[in-house]
Amino acid sequence: MPMLHFELVTPAKLVRSEDVYMVVVPGAEGDFGVLEGHAPLMSTVRDGAVKIYATDGATPVEIQVRGGFAEVGENGLTVLAEHVED
Amino acid sequence: MASLKELKGRINSVKSTQKITKAKQMVAAAKLRKAQSAAEAARPYAERLGKVMASIAGKVSGDGAPKLLAGTGSDQRHLLVLVNTDKGLCGGLNANLVKAAKLKAKELLAEGKQVQFYLVGRKGRAPIKRDYANSIAEWYDTSEVRTPGFPEAEAIAAQLLDMFENGQFDVAHLVFPVFQSALAQEPTIHQLIPVPAPETTSESGAVVEYEPDEEEILKELLPRYVRTQLFGALLEREASEQGASMTAMDNATRNAGDLINKLTIQYNRSRQAAITTELIEIIAGAEAL
Repeated sequence: MPMLHFELVTPAKLVRSEDVYMVVVPGAEGDFGVLEGHAPLMSTVRDGAVKIYATDGATPVEIQVRGGFAEVGENGLTVLAEHVED
Repeated sequence: MASLKELKGRINSVKSTQKITKAKQMVAAAKLRKAQSAAEAARPYAERLGKVMASIAGKVSGDGAPKLLAGTGSDQRHLLVLVNTDKGLCGGLNANLVKAAKLKAKELLAEGKQVQFYLVGRKGRAPIKRDYANSIAEWYDTSEVRTPGFPEAEAIAAQLLDMFENGQFDVAHLVFPVFQSALAQEPTIHQLIPVPAPETTSESGAVVEYEPDEEEILKELLPRYVRTQLFGALLEREASEQGASMTAMDNATRNAGDLINKLTIQYNRSRQAAITTELIEIIAGAEAL
């Protein structure tokens, strides 16, 4: 199963850098899920929880982010957040 | 010539000074390691943000560009954001920073521009006040927190952006030390506002979707970029302060050691001289009998 490379970065450190199945991001214009092979996208993120699904059907890990920005590119999904609460 | 007692007093005083400088050096060495790793940990965010900025700014430049990117249309009033340390005992670090800022101010004034200062950290206030007492716009105190972090950068950025929105200045420069090694910290001047247009990177072919749209995203990202720059400057300052402090205190400790040696020799000689005179007196007295 192809995995999505996911990175969560704050100004202070690289919080997460891992391969996961899917990530649901609370975009400014609605939640969106990102799987491997997603089309390139840039979006602002509203304050809320990023849900990380390690495998298909697994219970998601939620991370609260504030002041976020999401970028989907060739090397996966990168979320830049100013504040993160596990 | 100083009396024996005075000499002894001086030796003891230098010894206790040496103890203090030695302790400060070791503390700085320990803190330097922490500050350096903090500066390294902050790099990925700045890098990625820079990349995203570059790819968007290239698309929005033109009429629709926000004020933070395009500027106010004039470059008459300059603001120098000077990042100094809060504590001394770090050699020439603050003096060098202030010198760099004053040089830049002189240059701008010679071009007929107006210059104001925004001071971060306590050690810049006195020397800037001496020459530019009336042009200090604001200052921000970072001395109350142990290690200035992102919240402080946010507070400074918010104040700067407010001032920019209110039209208090046209261009802001950031003056801060860049940590190269424990021996060298280079004062550096960056343009902070308007955000310098990043070089556009080569397009990667794929069409990128924007949500909501490029301009909205850029509007959101620019203040964030300013915050990140300030945060980076604070981290560099922290590492530079500890590095400079370590070097300065190492020198001070060594100087104190030299001084102690010199004073000890002087003390021993005086003592010997005193003993000799006493002996001569006794012998002369005995011969006289």
